[in-house]
Amino acid sequence: MKWIRSSVALLALLALLAGCGTASKTPEAPPAEPPITEQQKPAEQTSHKPSNPDIILATTTSTQDSGLLDVLIPMFEKQSGYKVKTVAVGTGAALAMGEKGEADVLLVHAPSSEKPLVEKGFTINRRLIMHNDFVIVGPATDPAKVKGIKTAAEALKKLNDAKANFVSRGDDSGTHKKELELWKSAGITPEGGWYIKAGTGMGQTLTVASEKEGYTLTDRATYLAQKNNIKLEIAVEGDGPLLNIYHVMEVNQAKFEKVNADGAKAFADFLLSKEGQETIKNYGVDKYGQSLFFADGGKVETDLTGGK
Amino acid sequence: MELIGQGIVKALEMLVSGDGELWRIAWLTLRVSGTATFLSVILGIPVGVLLALTRFRIRGFTVSVVYAGMGLPPVVVGLVVSILLWRSGPLGDLGLIYTPTAMIIAQTLIATPIVTGLTMSGIQQLHPKLHLQILALGASRWQLFGLLIREARLAIIASVIAGFGRVIAEVGASMMVGANIVGETRVLTTAMVLEVNKGHFDIAIALSIVLMLLIWLVITLLTRLQQGGRPL
Repeated sequence: MKWIRSSVALLALLALLAGCGTASKTPEAPPAEPPITEQQKPAEQTSHKPSNPDIILATTTSTQDSGLLDVLIPMFEKQSGYKVKTVAVGTGAALAMGEKGEADVLLVHAPSSEKPLVEKGFTINRRLIMHNDFVIVGPATDPAKVKGIKTAAEALKKLNDAKANFVSRGDDSGTHKKELELWKSAGITPEGGWYIKAGTGMGQTLTVASEKEGYTLTDRATYLAQKNNIKLEIAVEGDGPLLNIYHVMEVNQAKFEKVNADGAKAFADFLLSKEGQETIKNYGVDKYGQSLFFADGGKVETDLTGGK
Repeated sequence: MELIGQGIVKALEMLVSGDGELWRIAWLTLRVSGTATFLSVILGIPVGVLLALTRFRIRGFTVSVVYAGMGLPPVVVGLVVSILLWRSGPLGDLGLIYTPTAMIIAQTLIATPIVTGLTMSGIQQLHPKLHLQILALGASRWQLFGLLIREARLAIIASVIAGFGRVIAEVGASMMVGANIVGETRVLTTAMVLEVNKGHFDIAIALSIVLMLLIWLVITLLTRLQQGGRPL
């Protein structure tokens, strides 16, 4: 009898958990209804409530790992009433999500891979948001003697000659695409035991490079955010091809009817608003003494690259 | 090593300061994995009992599939559930992707074979003539099921413990179908991955301490039920 009582108690406990689960998840099922979460409450007080409040943002790990989105998104949600679901993946995966209509808005940093999406009509309104730059970082001892070299191509040639450990993202992310472009422009196909394909996000890749005393290509924001945890120093910076340019694109509702076009536009417009741009410009100054991103609202890519 | 010390300090800090975000994440973790375990019990125990008692043509094959399912990789489940729930997928209209419900679905798929398989072996371990005797005493088919489950209770609760342990610890499926969205689908394991990527190792260690405490608490409760007053 005792056993029956305890199993009833067990089932009641589990049912309680299940009940809590269903109670709070029911409102999320129909996408037309706003989810009742704690974040949503203040937003509901704003005057205009969007009819479809969920926006899926597919973006790169660097915007999340650097902490920028943690500032921007609550701000946007508060003033617009939308709820942003951030899916932070590599740029390759984010673009693929756009191509399948799985996301509403994309914030990505691989210009040459982005253009085909616009040309094929998968995305619209591709606009420049901000930039920072990539840097090549390596151990303080600098075994390949690349510190201070002016161009990335030359530095990569030296790394290849020295067969110094180089950790590649290897995950089809924006940074990985940039790295492959740089190797290509240096006329090198990197291979061999020294070329390590990590297959991890930027933060993790920096840790791997630090542990393996290797070099890697990183965006400056993630590097600064991680700097205290790793033993890597900037070796090469400031070369034109090392620019890291972020664009926002809205997924085309004409192609995928489930896309939340209004929400996507509202989010993109927010990033380009005065408030959004100010926030981007000032992000990180208090913590790192320098901006992690440079706001570029209203500019076009050639303004940054000098027409190249 | 000092990182672990920092992590312990950070964990205490977060627990004492009543960090609202931490409690929300811990509660969601418990809710998602608890619900998934509950559903896997409802599905897994009857199927396990039936598999143990019945003989049919492809039974051997079915049993091997169930046992193989016990090793079902969470990322495989995550990928399949994602494909089904994506907007472009067959269940896209439900709008479930990147919600706790999607995570519950994925975790239920992971836990059910474990509960089924261990329930089946628990019932099969009973004396083979026991159910003949129960039937001879005039029990109905339902009474037979109830009595056999009761006899195999130690193994069955162990199956629930194993299922719960598996899903609360998994990260691959939750990351894929939930996307680690703050305030919505962020659970302890996915939050840890993010903090490691951000380089916040102290917070990651603090979260692991909270996760392990949570697992220990729930498992202790279940063990109490299993041992039913026997000295542990």
